[in-house]
Amino acid sequence: MQPKTHNSNSPDDRGYFGDYGGRFVPDTLMAPLLQLEQAYAELSAQPEFWREFESMLTNFVGRETPLQYASRLTEKLGGAKIYLKREDLAHTGAHKINNAIGQILLARHMGKTRIIAETGAGQHGVATATAAAQFGMKCVVYMGAEDMARQEMNVFRMRLLGADVVAVNAGSRTLKDAVSEAMRDWVGNIADTHYLLGSALGPHPYPRMVRDFQSVIGREAREQILAQEGKLPDTVIACVGGGSNAIGIFSGFVNDKDVALIGVEAGGTAIAAGEHAARFAGGKPGIFQGMKTYILQDNDGQASPTHSVSAGLDYTGVGPEHAWLHDLKRATYTNVNDDEAVAAFHLLARTEGIIPALESSHAIAYTIKFAPAMKGKTIIVNLSGRGDKDIGIIQKYDGARK
Amino acid sequence: MSLRNALSTGKSAFIPFVMAGDPNMAETEKIVAALERAGATALELGVPFSDPVADGVTVQKAAERALAAGATLNGVLELVKKLRANGIKMPICLFSYLNPIYMMGYEAFITAALKAGAQGALIVDLPPEEAGDYRAAAKKHGFETVFLCSPTTTRERLKLVDDYSSGFVYYVSREGVTGAQSALPQQLEQKIAALKTELKNPVAIGFGISTPEHVRALSGKADGIVVGSALVKIIEENPANAAAAVEVRVRALLA
Repeated sequence: MQPKTHNSNSPDDRGYFGDYGGRFVPDTLMAPLLQLEQAYAELSAQPEFWREFESMLTNFVGRETPLQYASRLTEKLGGAKIYLKREDLAHTGAHKINNAIGQILLARHMGKTRIIAETGAGQHGVATATAAAQFGMKCVVYMGAEDMARQEMNVFRMRLLGADVVAVNAGSRTLKDAVSEAMRDWVGNIADTHYLLGSALGPHPYPRMVRDFQSVIGREAREQILAQEGKLPDTVIACVGGGSNAIGIFSGFVNDKDVALIGVEAGGTAIAAGEHAARFAGGKPGIFQGMKTYILQDNDGQASPTHSVSAGLDYTGVGPEHAWLHDLKRATYTNVNDDEAVAAFHLLARTEGIIPALESSHAIAYTIKFAPAMKGKTIIVNLSGRGDKDIGIIQKYDGARK
Repeated sequence: MSLRNALSTGKSAFIPFVMAGDPNMAETEKIVAALERAGATALELGVPFSDPVADGVTVQKAAERALAAGATLNGVLELVKKLRANGIKMPICLFSYLNPIYMMGYEAFITAALKAGAQGALIVDLPPEEAGDYRAAAKKHGFETVFLCSPTTTRERLKLVDDYSSGFVYYVSREGVTGAQSALPQQLEQKIAALKTELKNPVAIGFGISTPEHVRALSGKADGIVVGSALVKIIEENPANAAAAVEVRVRALLA
């Protein structure tokens, strides 16, 4: 099962999606990236590789994940018919495991024995620690000190799974700083180490590779909606941090021109410098962490501070394929603020009995605004992860507002 | 003097690296004067960046201090202008990450840097594969380019690095980020000798060179020797009299 998506032709040989992507790294990272690119090209041409990936997804991850008709949410909003793609039901509680399994199979093929990763909310860190445990590899996860404090439960989960979690105290102490630290580790340990990057971002070949592994979400969702509704949805909605869950589900529909694709970024407390992470609302194209894409930056080209109630969306740059889809106007990007995301978190818990991740709550929050006027239409929302990890944040957030 | 000439004298050029604006621009002015007095032959002047993926913790912290003190790329170019007005003679190579330069625009950056009195630049996260436009603009204006190579650079890519460089080629001595180390990698001298026969450009060596023993070991072998983190550390530890402390250290390195 080779992922034959619309976009098997993108990126180009140099890793460009239109104007975006590329490979902007110090020389010391070129060799491991070229090695990775070559290994992925070889392996992804082999049907056995995809069979093994598929088998792991079935037997370890628990795929396929359901496409659930959210009847009570639909009724409550009184507009479009809403389906939820339940990535929260994948092993470890988020879509991140799809990519972690794909890359760890690749790492094993390359003879690597040590896995490093960055994590924001901790979902990718947990997925990586899980995959590393399953394959008996050493695992080190870099996490911003601020994120460690706000996602304490995931830190504990990673440690239970045998991973070393290393606090990153540089810069803003969030996801971007964890990415930098993982790159620094990799440069010094390329012989035995694979950098298991968690989103569809960074230098080529990561944006492509991560999209390919996450495209299982879109393939399943497309088949499932056709089976249940007998037609394609009108709209697909997903939250966008780096953008891997979104690119995964979008890839299943991007060739279906009548299906609208909507990415929801973190609006934070306001669209003002330092108060959000909505790259398409407040950012402009630049070069950051190995790629050319939309980034939040000041006039001098320094990364701006970001904010979101959701650690997983709290990132400076967006995956380059999203930048391309944005400029092509094939996908639309919008944002919701912290309050709206938290309200959506509560609403979904009470109406559907699902506690969503704060990241996914952004997609739900936009659906709440969007669906009522769409009577007769069908929407798929990618519910990218479950929200157990966020309960502490919600307690504090609600407490502060009382 | 051009960077290329400074590294083509037959003697090893001593090239200190300091972060512009650490702890502030006025102090950097004094530090650079001290470096030249102590015997530096060229200067690598760091442009601070918020997310320096190639740098170890010492240079990262220097960038944070400089940014906190208000440093910008324009501010660094102002500093270069002042250094020239102060009579600093050694060639200056700006050492930057790409985004500040990309945001300014290649043409605008190159003309402003030349006007200020810099000879060239090394852009850490711009490999030759992505450098077509930048190199064309640099060539047009006579701005010297410097690209990186490392122990893992293939022969094919090494040729590309050499073709794209016009000032010198910077050899990263080890697989890792910037930062002091106690021992130099094994067979470094042989590696430099091999590079010198292979490359058209002079070769400077950096990353991890921190002691007088290291400098002695490489003297007469590499065309240029870059010492960075070891000096940045001195500046960090002596905020009140950084220039004097750096001068003492450089004299010791060159003794």
